Amino acid sequence: MSLSVLMLVRVRNLFAVIVLFGIYSFLMATVLVALDAVDVAMTEAAVGAGVSTVLLLGALHLCKGEEAKSIHRPWLPLAVAVSTGVVLIYGTMGLPDFGDPQAPIHQHVVTRYLQNEVEVPNVVTAVLASFRGYDTLGETTVVFTAGAGIIALLRRRKKAADAGKDDR
Amino acid sequence: MKNDLVLRVVGKLLIPFILLFALYVQFHGDYGPGGGFQAGVILAAGMVFYALIFGVDNARRVMSDWLAETMLAAGVLIYAGVGLAGLLLGGNFLDYFVLDHDPVHGQHRGIFWVELGVAITVSGVMMKIFYMFASRGDANGEPEQ
Amino acid sequence: MLEHFSHIVTVFLLVAGLFIVIARGNLIKKLIGLSILQTSVYLLYVAPGKLLGGTAPILAPQFSVYANPLPHVLILTAIVVGVATLALGLALAVRLREAYGSIEEDEILALDHAADVEDEVSWSTAQDIPVRPAEQGQQRGRGWGDSPR
Repeated sequence: MSLSVLMLVRVRNLFAVIVLFGIYSFLMATVLVALDAVDVAMTEAAVGAGVSTVLLLGALHLCKGEEAKSIHRPWLPLAVAVSTGVVLIYGTMGLPDFGDPQAPIHQHVVTRYLQNEVEVPNVVTAVLASFRGYDTLGETTVVFTAGAGIIALLRRRKKAADAGKDDR
Repeated sequence: MKNDLVLRVVGKLLIPFILLFALYVQFHGDYGPGGGFQAGVILAAGMVFYALIFGVDNARRVMSDWLAETMLAAGVLIYAGVGLAGLLLGGNFLDYFVLDHDPVHGQHRGIFWVELGVAITVSGVMMKIFYMFASRGDANGEPEQ
Repeated sequence: MLEHFSHIVTVFLLVAGLFIVIARGNLIKKLIGLSILQTSVYLLYVAPGKLLGGTAPILAPQFSVYANPLPHVLILTAIVVGVATLALGLALAVRLREAYGSIEEDEILALDHAADVEDEVSWSTAQDIPVRPAEQGQQRGRGWGDSPR
């Protein structure tokens, strides 16, 4: 996965970049399955390796596929990125260890979710739709807003389309 | 791509199963991995597959533009409607246990309708976005290079 | 060090995504870098939820230890919001391409700068105010080095 990301940074042909992004999404879905997150892995595989790649290819076709040019010397961005990474690694050293059962994330409210008050075996669906249903309403509204925004951005007015057709 | 034999045959074999799998993921979201989002995206992916092989015009005959736009808004309305039903039947907004004679059955019913609303919205949005991107190049005045 | 392996991988992916966003000029590649940044955050949230010896959070009588379902819920929402953002960004890139003729950040800035200079020249010519000769004519983008074009 890190290898594919490294190649993505260096490669300049945009079509190859999009294909590498699809490979990266698929590998991320596999890692998520290894971490026991099956719902998340299914969503990431469908959304990242499916819909995202199709949208990127569609946009690439509309933008007529120009190659990315590397122009300026990237020393300053590289220094900024590496220093951010070093600070973040220093910060994550204080987080709980991997697979620690006493971590605070497993206390408090999750024990109540796992008591299964709603008799639905899939706990993720139960939390998403019932315990935290209000958040899911907000998210559905966000998806709706994105669709409405794209309609507003990419819509062609009937008059212009007809005028364009008449001009040919 | 309509003239490619392999793609046409494989498409005709696979697309019904993709749509069926999307419905399976939607309705079995309670008992296994799945739910509204995954089902909506898989449905949209199946329709995009059909549009890529057989042409966007054929796909528009199956799912027209106004249908995708209506699905976009209908899903959110179904979700809010379930919330309002909880309000009207005596509980708070988005309470499920008042929806049926038994609190547990009420939860099942509420979750069913909510996931359906989410799947409709997500699939409508993905299809509409695909139609927008695919038809932007056609209405252009300049010819294809 | 081995206990924090997931955090190291997460930070590496985050840094790679950040580098693509700030160092590459192509708009589509910047959007892909943003997507990589988002997926690294998914890993950041899901990894602490795993318990060694546990299983997926689907309740069944024969299991007793489950992975934590709370991060899964948050990340499910985040994935869908991420793809919505990507779609909006791509629509903006398509409109920019139609308006400016290119999706390279430097060329768009240069065209904007040239348009500002032309406005200034035409305004001052209409008012009979002399313009400094260094501002007339096309200027390349504001960069650190020379561009081999």
